[in-house]
Amino acid sequence: MNVTTEQSSPSLALVGGRLASTGEPATVLIRNGEIAELAAPGARSQADTTIDINGCLISPGFVDLCCNLREPGNGQKGNIASESRAAAHGGFTTLCASPETSPVNDSGAVTNLILDVAAKRSAVRILPIGAITRGLEGDLLSDLAGLSGAGCVAMGNGSRPVRNARVLRRCMAYAQTFGLTVMFSPENHALAADGYAHDGLVTSRLGLLGIPEVAETASVMEMLLLAEETGVRLHLSQLSCARSVEMLVEARRRGVAVTADVAMHQLLFTDEALSGFDSRYHVRPPLRSETDRQALLAGVREGVIDAITSQHLPHDSAAKQAPLAATEPGLSTIETVLSMGLMLVARGELSQQQLLRALTEGPASVIGRTARLEPQAPADLCVFDPAAVWTPSAKTLCSAGLHHPFPPRSLPSQTLPGVVRLTLCNGATAWSS
Amino acid sequence: MIQLPDVEQLLQQMEADLRQTLARRGVTDPVMVGIRTGGVWLAEQLNQRLGLSGPLGELDISFYRDDFSRLGLNPRVKPSSLPFDTEGRDIVLIDDVLMSGRTIRAAMNEIFDYGRPASIILAVLMDLGKRELPIQPDVTGQVVSMAPNQRVKLRGPAPLRLELRETSE
Amino acid sequence: MTAQDTSTTSLQLTEEGQLRHFLTLDGLDRALLTDILDTADSFIEVGERSIKKVPLLRGRTVVNLFFESSTRTRSTFELAAKRLSADVLNLDINTSATSKGESLSDTLLNLEAMASDMFVVRHSQSGAPHFIAESVTPGVAIINAGDGRHAHPTQAMLDMLTIRQHKGRFEGLKVAIVGDILHSRVARSQIRALQELGAAEVRVIAPATLLPRSVEALGCTVEYDMTRGMKDLDVVIMLRLQKERMEGALLPSEREFYRLYGLSREKLALAHPDCIVMHPGPINRGVEIESAVADGPQSVILDQVTNGIAIRMAVMSMAMGGQMADRNRQSLERKVL
Repeated sequence: MNVTTEQSSPSLALVGGRLASTGEPATVLIRNGEIAELAAPGARSQADTTIDINGCLISPGFVDLCCNLREPGNGQKGNIASESRAAAHGGFTTLCASPETSPVNDSGAVTNLILDVAAKRSAVRILPIGAITRGLEGDLLSDLAGLSGAGCVAMGNGSRPVRNARVLRRCMAYAQTFGLTVMFSPENHALAADGYAHDGLVTSRLGLLGIPEVAETASVMEMLLLAEETGVRLHLSQLSCARSVEMLVEARRRGVAVTADVAMHQLLFTDEALSGFDSRYHVRPPLRSETDRQALLAGVREGVIDAITSQHLPHDSAAKQAPLAATEPGLSTIETVLSMGLMLVARGELSQQQLLRALTEGPASVIGRTARLEPQAPADLCVFDPAAVWTPSAKTLCSAGLHHPFPPRSLPSQTLPGVVRLTLCNGATAWSS
Repeated sequence: MIQLPDVEQLLQQMEADLRQTLARRGVTDPVMVGIRTGGVWLAEQLNQRLGLSGPLGELDISFYRDDFSRLGLNPRVKPSSLPFDTEGRDIVLIDDVLMSGRTIRAAMNEIFDYGRPASIILAVLMDLGKRELPIQPDVTGQVVSMAPNQRVKLRGPAPLRLELRETSE
Repeated sequence: MTAQDTSTTSLQLTEEGQLRHFLTLDGLDRALLTDILDTADSFIEVGERSIKKVPLLRGRTVVNLFFESSTRTRSTFELAAKRLSADVLNLDINTSATSKGESLSDTLLNLEAMASDMFVVRHSQSGAPHFIAESVTPGVAIINAGDGRHAHPTQAMLDMLTIRQHKGRFEGLKVAIVGDILHSRVARSQIRALQELGAAEVRVIAPATLLPRSVEALGCTVEYDMTRGMKDLDVVIMLRLQKERMEGALLPSEREFYRLYGLSREKLALAHPDCIVMHPGPINRGVEIESAVADGPQSVILDQVTNGIAIRMAVMSMAMGGQMADRNRQSLERKVL
């Protein structure tokens, strides 16, 4: 990559690339942290710095609705600096930080702490999600107005269930009072019980404890009915079942204000990944059947599922050093989301446009933002080479999390498509290679 | 190229020598035990020719081999069968080819796990003279010396014939 | 067989296809299962000698690593190891102290320091022996003595040996497994073994609450009604019912279970006249099976116990042999390099 500096003033031109949305060649001019101009190629730009991004695609920076930064926390599994750098490596410029931290983000003070640390150490934009119940315990409401005032963009309960439907109903009604968006991962606690894998053929064969689909679908149904009644803006996080997508379509048809996302690994893997007791693929919700995967993909293609998230959940080595049932769920994914998506594009399961929409404009709209390449928009963008390949390893990855999905044991050496060359957040370089 | 002997001639030789040996030792009621698989075929023949009335013992020495730690367990192991009480008996142990002596050591160890015999007489069809242990046959069909890359194997059960194989090493 | 199951196969078998661990019957073909049965037959003969011991594992240390206590199973493994001339160490490890994975890893590090050659592992979590096999130093054989709901491969193989002794074959046999299939590692291994060995039909008989999801996909036929399910059976295998099953609303009562799914003389009369009755033990008389049936002429339950020692001797010596062959191959390769 050739960088030529002409003057000392901070404007930047990206030349030689193509817009990921249309495939058209374009020069992007950036000034004062904003996109100043999208020009035709060859137009002589007035930029101080010019970067040649020949062969690369330019996309708005990716927006992640579900990312665990592990800060505040004890730091063993990651922190804002390490995970935001990993995010920038993955092409992300906006992260919605899960409230599942230690302490839990259930007060304005914790939100302020996160934003302070982020301002100092984060390479990308961090938007906290507030804990809708205190301590995520599912019993008492948090100070939602206070959290919102401190900067939380939505309220949720992380990966924890709100077991009591009456509490859930009140959470929604109270959030609706202030026009807040609520985000829930649907799971009926009693039906999920001690399970940790999709209740299907693989659990039957390996004798694992299953989480039946109905643990999710019963909860989706309950949430949709409560959202319809309370009028709250509901976002369903990390759907995993075909039947959930059907219910989502039906609810939207009736005019329920509901959006949804799916974790990228749910689109690429199925419960078969657990064969051989590979604890890396112990995730929650569990990887489900091929039928479910197909339905989730269709949901993304049709825009019923608005967003693809990383569900990045970094762990230290001990978390997975045990028999499967005793391991902690979660994968470190944020650096491989784009590559996984491009694998789906290569297989013809998603178009590049559908993929990028679900990584940019789709998730941004859920939290009332935009993610577009247009004049006056913040210069949050991701430049990637779709033809280049890379191999995830301790050397190439930035996350403190040690468990990423590649390579699966069935493909011991696998290179991944798509290399992020440059990530800009507010015009500043968050990642370059 | 070595000329391999005829098995029938060797059997006649063994039969005569065995009669002599048994008479010399004063053994009147021996039991015959063959080592699988070649030794069992020969033992069947000799049992008949010597006119022994008792049943025949068959040893599979897989569980006693000293190369277990190099090769693992022989997957074709069959149960040994000594259908008589060996305690205090005179045993005639038959094998086809005597080389290092390790097979005989394993076989004797196994026999002793059935009880304490009065004596063991060893009879072999061929002795290749490549002993690695202090074990000598009492009766030998023929002593043959062979090149290091040559192996001889008894084929059977009917007709019994010897086969020469050359390994590549 | 999926692509990823190959990881289990390559963990369990050497390049030459010898056993090096014995974790599951998945991925083991009919020839290898038959080798195990044949080898066990030879060990049965050893058990009839005046000295019931062979020197195969002389100088090797076998550690019985029981995270879930079971005196019976541990005793048969102990006796099997001793009859192979191994030194045996019994460790009953309190599971509450090792319910966290970190401690299990630490436990293993400590045991490896004792220069053990084989771990016989029983654990309440499915896949624990896999995890241990992946974690230990190469050269140490892992034998699964029952893990969670996953597998109990030595129990299944001793059952196969018992069936072969009585029926002489597997082809054409109709076999039913009755009772708590959902929680049973024994049933999972039996289903797999019977299918690989060529049984005509494996029928599971239980109420829906005691059947795993997609049990049909494992290749079984499902029957809720035991009186219908007993028809034409050559073998009926009863499973043990744990008392806890009444608590989680899986079953109403032992009485109702026995009435519907207990093996009584009347129900047994519906099977083939020469149908054999099996039970992995310990038996709950009057819950799974009527005493007159357990002690009756068609019961082969005591044969199962005898065969258990021979099967364990076979599997232990085969896995140790595979590890030895591996070690030998590696040292030869080092010499070549």
